[in-house]
Amino acid sequence: MTDVEPAKSPGQGGACSGTPWQDPAQKPFIELQSLSKHFDDFAAVDDISLKIYRGELFTILGGSGCGKSTLLRMLAGFEKPSTGRILIDGVDITLSPPYERPVNMMFQSYAVFPHMTVEQNIGYGLKKEKLPRTEIASRVEEMLQLVQLPELAKRKPDQLSGGQRQRVALARALIKRPKVLLLDEPLAALDKKLREQTQFELMNLQDTLGITFVVVTHDQEEAMTLATRIAVMDAGKFVQIGTPSEIYEFPQNRFIANFFGQINTFDATVVASDALSLTVRLDDSGTEIRTRHEQDLAPGTRCVIGVRPEKLLISTQAPTRDGLTVTRGVVEDLAYYGNRSLYRVRSQNGRIIQVSAQNYQRSAQLLLEWDDEVFLSWNSDCSVVLTQ
Amino acid sequence: MRRSSTLLYSLLGFGYAFLYLPIIVLMVYSFNNARLATVWGGFSTRWYSALLDNSQILDAAMLSLEIALVSATAATLLGTLAALGLNRMGRYRGRTLFTGMIAAPLVMPEVITGLSLLLLFVSLQELIGWPGARGANTITIAHITFSMAYVAVIVQSRLASMDHALEEAAMDLGGRPFAVTLDITLPLILPAMAAGWLLAFTLSLDDLVISSFTAGAGASTLPMVIFSKVKLGVTPEINALATIIIGIVTVGVVIAGWTMLRQQKQLARPEAGH
Repeated sequence: MTDVEPAKSPGQGGACSGTPWQDPAQKPFIELQSLSKHFDDFAAVDDISLKIYRGELFTILGGSGCGKSTLLRMLAGFEKPSTGRILIDGVDITLSPPYERPVNMMFQSYAVFPHMTVEQNIGYGLKKEKLPRTEIASRVEEMLQLVQLPELAKRKPDQLSGGQRQRVALARALIKRPKVLLLDEPLAALDKKLREQTQFELMNLQDTLGITFVVVTHDQEEAMTLATRIAVMDAGKFVQIGTPSEIYEFPQNRFIANFFGQINTFDATVVASDALSLTVRLDDSGTEIRTRHEQDLAPGTRCVIGVRPEKLLISTQAPTRDGLTVTRGVVEDLAYYGNRSLYRVRSQNGRIIQVSAQNYQRSAQLLLEWDDEVFLSWNSDCSVVLTQ
Repeated sequence: MRRSSTLLYSLLGFGYAFLYLPIIVLMVYSFNNARLATVWGGFSTRWYSALLDNSQILDAAMLSLEIALVSATAATLLGTLAALGLNRMGRYRGRTLFTGMIAAPLVMPEVITGLSLLLLFVSLQELIGWPGARGANTITIAHITFSMAYVAVIVQSRLASMDHALEEAAMDLGGRPFAVTLDITLPLILPAMAAGWLLAFTLSLDDLVISSFTAGAGASTLPMVIFSKVKLGVTPEINALATIIIGIVTVGVVIAGWTMLRQQKQLARPEAGH
């Protein structure tokens, strides 16, 4: 792993250039075709279809028991799908055993062989390919350099720290130059500081090697910073697939909106609707908002408008600019974090609204106090229509 | 506080004395010069040399060792295979039943095991003309039968505590199932197999009841010889023999315990954290 470049903005890692998923001419690298896995009557993975493109860092995100691990294990070949097909680089591998797939996996427990040295662990995959000794030795050396462990080659796993064992597991999975690397909760076992460092290292590594990564995680922050695209999974199905910013800014339902950070919700009724936008009326202020929404909803349908706390502006005077949605309230609670302040505002109908405001003015006194009457406003474009 | 700990220590001492005093007395009296087993007549090793001249006891000891070696080795092989089959072959019908049944010989009264095996050998002889005259071979088969269960239980518990991801990782890296068993599974269960072998060896060396049922006229194991001699009165010669056996068994048990302990430490270490 080369030096971390802190300037690189998270979320744009990966050797994959542009947005191949928006280009219908692009050939998918991994393709799942209506894949299902049933355990007795229970569908762990329920009719999933997915296209992943070469060089992507694709993250499957979900809580425990949502089927994400079963999906990964089917990609690795440890579980046989009940129905459906898996194609990698155009080849159907649905029924190939794990030892014949161009795929390697980094396990959550790392699964470093305890009776072998670091060197033997990393070289195991090549030894099974029956490569000559000298070639194994030189490629192991190369991997040890890549994961920055050359001085530990002769150590046994029980003499390594958690982070070092993770690197051994990574090197061992990469040495066979797989077409796809599967990572099961790659950062879960590391402490916070190591996680952040490893996160950037993983992204850089993926960028350098150009291998397609499929990551399974339950941690939305990990998914946000690592991924080119995220698939949010629940009860064996994908709820939403998109780039981190798409999922944050345009969540498809309340579950996803709440899963990624916080969101304020306002009850509303649909007034008018066309192909790309929707006009709704807020219940508490009666304001009408026009916002982007691709789903067609009939007038009169009840819905919920979601606004992220950082999209809200707080002020003591009524804002006059066009295109703003305005509502009023009283500051109930505030927390000062230095760079920003968090306000809890009680609206006219008694609902608590969270506002996160950057403190862009320098002042020794608080600009707003408890019980101040305030106006809350946001760009109507920032409103998200949530149906569920 | 003080008084209760004195009480505890005397209880502890009493318990251990109850367990070990008879053995110590037996060992001390093996060096007794007198013919009577209950009167001290000075230090001597004459019973040890008398033992060396007693071909009946020496033959029995050799036979016991042979049976123990063969049956422990065979039981380790079969028991390990049984454990692998129960633990690594996925879910199949009757797995729970088999797992329960493998442990049944551990709780079965020896008399019943011995009797049932005797009946088996007799009817086999009538049906297919095998195993011929009962003797060392029937005792060996009987010993394999019950000690296999011990090995299977020990190896199975080791397999159960092993991270299944290790084998999956090896398979993911290109190891075919058989190679994975050789490269990963066997090295990791080897300590358990060694402990199982030692236990099977000790059990076989020790066994009287099952051996008595399955032995023919010609073959007497050491415990059988000792038992028949004791019926005629305890001689210091038996004390000497018992001392030697205790020595061998102690070494075996200590080695088995030490291997298990080391294995547990090895398992525990990765969890210790860094």
